[in-house]
Amino acid sequence: MLSRRTLLGALAISGLVASPLAAQEVYIPLISKGFQHQFWQAVKAGADQAASEAGVRITFEGPDNETMVDRQIDMLSAALANSPKAIGFAALDSQAAIPILRDAHESGIPIVAFDSGVDSDIPVTTATTDNVAAAALAADKMAEMIGGAGKVAVVAHDQTSRTGIDRRDGFLNRMEEAYPDVEVVTVQYGAGDQLQSTEVAKAILVANPDLKGMFGTNEGSAIGVVNAVRELGTEGLVVIGYDSGKAQKDAIREGLMSGAITQNPVGIGYETVMAAVKAINGETLPPIIDTGFYYYDATNIDDPKIQAVLYD
Amino acid sequence: MTATTNAPTSPTVLGRIGAAVAHQRVLAFASLIVLLAVFSLASPNFMQMSNMIAILQATSVNGVLAVAATLIIITGGIDLSLGTMMTFTAVIAGVVLTYAGLPLPLGVLAAIGAGAACGFCSGSFIARMKIPPFIATLGMMLILKGMSLIISGTRPIYFNDTPGFSDISRGSLIGEILPFAPIPNGVLILFLVAGAAAYVLQRTALGRYTFALGSNEEAVRLSGVNTIRWKIAIYSLAGAIVGIAGLLIASRLNSAQPALGLGYELEAIAAVVIGGTSLSGGRGSIMGSLIGALIMAVLTNGLRVLSVAQEWQTVVTGAIIILAVYADMLRRRRSN
Repeated sequence: MLSRRTLLGALAISGLVASPLAAQEVYIPLISKGFQHQFWQAVKAGADQAASEAGVRITFEGPDNETMVDRQIDMLSAALANSPKAIGFAALDSQAAIPILRDAHESGIPIVAFDSGVDSDIPVTTATTDNVAAAALAADKMAEMIGGAGKVAVVAHDQTSRTGIDRRDGFLNRMEEAYPDVEVVTVQYGAGDQLQSTEVAKAILVANPDLKGMFGTNEGSAIGVVNAVRELGTEGLVVIGYDSGKAQKDAIREGLMSGAITQNPVGIGYETVMAAVKAINGETLPPIIDTGFYYYDATNIDDPKIQAVLYD
Repeated sequence: MTATTNAPTSPTVLGRIGAAVAHQRVLAFASLIVLLAVFSLASPNFMQMSNMIAILQATSVNGVLAVAATLIIITGGIDLSLGTMMTFTAVIAGVVLTYAGLPLPLGVLAAIGAGAACGFCSGSFIARMKIPPFIATLGMMLILKGMSLIISGTRPIYFNDTPGFSDISRGSLIGEILPFAPIPNGVLILFLVAGAAAYVLQRTALGRYTFALGSNEEAVRLSGVNTIRWKIAIYSLAGAIVGIAGLLIASRLNSAQPALGLGYELEAIAAVVIGGTSLSGGRGSIMGSLIGALIMAVLTNGLRVLSVAQEWQTVVTGAIIILAVYADMLRRRRSN
């Protein structure tokens, strides 16, 4: 039995390790907030592109879901064991990882934050979307389409993460400041899970038959809203989503969704690795690298500029 | 019935079960050594003091949860609420220490007390109201997830105002004596909890009834034992241990994260099963679960240090769980 397990271990290791550690290579691990979602895969694609341009080796890892703060710290520990030249880190919690980041910082490893910052001056820079401004743009577009008055609702992905809070508050605050006749009747949370978000959105639609618009704050939430509209056969609802993915793009083309905010995930990954390389070379970096956001709808979804930042 | 007599199974049967459990422990321990050896050969970066400490640190929370799960699984039960109960106790500590500003020992007591109270509820649902453990603890899992969000106001609670709090898990008493091995207190606490639980299981009446309930609950009841009370006691003890896990994770993150917790129960159950405790009850050991938790942490860390793609890490971990349990089945069939 032991020999069988040994064999499995040996197989796993010989078969799966892509490249043995070369002596002089520059190794930059990226610890992300997630891994399976298409958004993070797009970030990874940008990081891979930058890695091959700069001639460095990267790895890209993230926990199974965005609540697993301690798992992410274990990933950081394992990454540090390989004595990296720099680390890219997208914090699930803005404070919890600070002690281990400080250890890395003290051993001279520069840290580039991406997507979400940390409450500390340890990172040399943060490559991120301005989520508050992006969600405010979603509020402007929604108010414009519903004629500046009526009831709207928000399906958000979570209550505790920085992006969850910023997108919700960016939307709510903009509505409150600029559009007094628009009433946000409720904010509900679907954990970014398509099925949960569908149920949440259906409940909101059933409870508010006079609802004029709905905003889904990430890919899973937005697809949930679209599913709810499809299942209930609701007509005339203005749906604004966030990020992209095939289902969301199809919904925009079909007219079920009015439009969506897209970040530039490929750009986030690319800028993170490039910033890390610059930090290793001792160049100074700005505190924030704004990777940008766009509003897209059926009219501009095929523009090359928009196509470049969307993912399937 | 006194505390020292009337173990419900005959000494020979007990002896045979003891030997079988010991055997599985040896097997699990040997597997752990093999894993360590394979990873050390595959990467020069694996076998460093700092990485070994990282592995132990990663084991501490899951290990304590696995100790709690072992007690419950030996009775033939299951507890799906371990993960969210851990979060709940962490949130209670946050409320006591950060929101109410009370001193550290009260926060520690509150977390452990909250865990024991949750365990008491689960135990009562199962033993008194006869709800199957799977359902009762599924309900508790959801109740506690929701309560954590409600009590915390859906925000993480930080422990910045309680200076000693992060030392519970991250400080190192051992490191002050042995500077070359700064093993974090969280790991020390795991071993203390495991030692205490092993003592309870092997040397006390509560321990003997834990095994007896898992082997043949009806026989225990017919012999005049108040099975309801003992079962509730076991679930309460497991809950108190979960409270310790809650303190460890909150201390490590210097915050109580109210949304965290789902999924941790399954990893704890996996560690218990790898360690040779039978899901059908009546058989198992704390030591085995501890080794099981270490195996999972070594595997996860080792695959990461080797930069194995994450998709494959998950596949390998799943395969190891099945292999470990299959090995146990083979061995038991042979010994019968």
